[in-house]
Amino acid sequence: MNNAFRIVLQAITYAAFAITVGYLSASPAYNYAEPGNATIKLSLSHASNRVKPCVRLTPQQIAELAPNMRQSEACERQRLPLTVELEIDGEVVANIDAPPSGLWDDGPASIYERFEVEPGTHAITARLRDSNRSDGWDYTHTEDATLVAGRYFTVTFRAETGGFSFR
Amino acid sequence: MASVKRLLYRLFGKGERVFEYAFGQRNNPFTWLGAFGWYFYWITAATGIYLYIFFDTGIVDAYASVEYMSNEQWYAAGIMRSLHRYASDALVVVAVLHLLREFAMDRLRGKHFFAWLTGVPLLAFIYICGISGYWLVWDKLAQYIAVATSEWLDALPFFAEPIANNFLDSATLGGRFFTLMVLIHIFAPLFMLLLMWVHVQRHSSARVNPPRSLAIGTMLAMLVLSLIYPAASQGPADLDVVPATVGLDWFYLAAYPLLEIVPGGRLWLYILGGFALLAALPWLPPEARTPEAKVSLANCNGCSRCFDDCPFSALTMMPRTDGRPYELEPVVNPDNCTSCGVCAGSCPTSTPFRRARPIEPGIDLPHRTISELRQRVMAPMNGDGDDPRVIVFACDQGSAELLDDEVHGVRVVKLPCVGMLPPSFVDFALSRRFADGVMLAGCAENDCFHRLGNEWTMRRMARERDPYLRQRVPEDRVDMAWLPPGAYRRRAKALQAFRARLRGLPDE
Repeated sequence: MNNAFRIVLQAITYAAFAITVGYLSASPAYNYAEPGNATIKLSLSHASNRVKPCVRLTPQQIAELAPNMRQSEACERQRLPLTVELEIDGEVVANIDAPPSGLWDDGPASIYERFEVEPGTHAITARLRDSNRSDGWDYTHTEDATLVAGRYFTVTFRAETGGFSFR
Repeated sequence: MASVKRLLYRLFGKGERVFEYAFGQRNNPFTWLGAFGWYFYWITAATGIYLYIFFDTGIVDAYASVEYMSNEQWYAAGIMRSLHRYASDALVVVAVLHLLREFAMDRLRGKHFFAWLTGVPLLAFIYICGISGYWLVWDKLAQYIAVATSEWLDALPFFAEPIANNFLDSATLGGRFFTLMVLIHIFAPLFMLLLMWVHVQRHSSARVNPPRSLAIGTMLAMLVLSLIYPAASQGPADLDVVPATVGLDWFYLAAYPLLEIVPGGRLWLYILGGFALLAALPWLPPEARTPEAKVSLANCNGCSRCFDDCPFSALTMMPRTDGRPYELEPVVNPDNCTSCGVCAGSCPTSTPFRRARPIEPGIDLPHRTISELRQRVMAPMNGDGDDPRVIVFACDQGSAELLDDEVHGVRVVKLPCVGMLPPSFVDFALSRRFADGVMLAGCAENDCFHRLGNEWTMRRMARERDPYLRQRVPEDRVDMAWLPPGAYRRRAKALQAFRARLRGLPDE
């Protein structure tokens, strides 16, 4: 009797262990985002202008440099912070100041944000400032976009291709 | 810290009773957690190698190859996939329980720190292996993990460009990070194995395999689970579609939902801080250093028994240095020696029958000598007339000293570990009539604070391991109680039963 009871207890232990492992390996489900919403991803990496503009060197100054380090301009490394604003239907949903990366603040600034929004057609405006101007923007893009529930809408930026890109 | 330790200690003590009853003390699964870690690692490794044969490592075809395994080849690769998942989940369970239990039993401070300290990064490796594995299926869960992990990594100030840009949408999807994950999922387990080997380096006769019955039972449970509830993918990843609801593996991914409420940088701080705290636990508070075992070459013939029995690889046999006609001598490594005294218990010269005064064995503990042990045995004992007198040789870990207060005619002689007791002392106590019975009280089987002390003692008393208990010792006058520390009542009951048995024996 005792042995039978022990075997039953062992079987219960194994079953409880297996059920716990099996259940928690994929449940309970986790709601990462509201299924009825669309998600906007704002992602960009861009090097702002330098804090001080580059200075053109005279031929004499260039000649004083070591032969392998000669260049026409002398530039300070430090860059300005980047400012990006995202507006949806006239409401600013993000206004981000991103510092330049790197130990000497000389690398590109990066921004990555996610926003859940209601699906439908929205007027989306993205603005970016990468200079030391006190007001206004260096790049602006506005578009009426149709956002679909459960799908991503990405806002990216590449200065080489003219600025913002919505897709 | 001490109160948390005490609470856990009580929880394990009470919770394990049922497992001890069901499986027997020797096979109590809680005393095999470390060995189970190895077992689940090997299952995960073996099944992983099989799965790799059929797995397509390209990001575009990975999902289809996993689906092929689960559907077309469900009877082989499908089961392997399920075993791979469930064994890796079970690895998390036993690793966490192992860590909590060792903490509760205080087997981390002083010289025990090494296994603890090397175990902490093992936890991180388990998670790296598990999370990178989920990534490879490239289903909706993998997509969620890829995005959440890269967003989380971007919180670290190391990356010039957001890693999350790799998973922005289907137009920007690149395979380079996926390939990196494949490599991580192959090499992280290899590094983990190396670390597991280091983890047990200061343990001689390390237990890396659970008992056969437990291994078979667990494997059967895993197989049944794999057949009834096979591991499944959650639909192909699509970076244009939000993986709004995912079935998380909570063993590996429990921290991920926190990313929605705690900034990634702060979560890194919490996790790294948690690991730093875990790593510092052996010194919170630090343990007072006890003197290490000392070799007396004048009494040592280099027989190697101490070397064979040392549970912490603290002894090395080196060429003889004193010119005596023996080949080897033991050398103590003070960094490894936990002062358990098991070496003194194994030494053939640790016998109370020797004429030399004081007794000086070939190896001894300077602060708790074999000579003092002999004096404790020989000291007169208070007793009540005809009631049998019992000497209880008990280790420091139990609460056996409480028995002294309760019962006349009982002397508790405490030892750092019951393995310090040479069997000749049992013979000495009985044959010289210092006691009518001898009881050995140590930690539960397979759960010795000093790893192997009770195992060696059991085998010495059963005359299976050198130094053997002499044949002339009457077995009915010797009892052994292997109980978890703190089991005072059970110990008292065992003593009562032993004394009752002694009363029934004829006078010698």
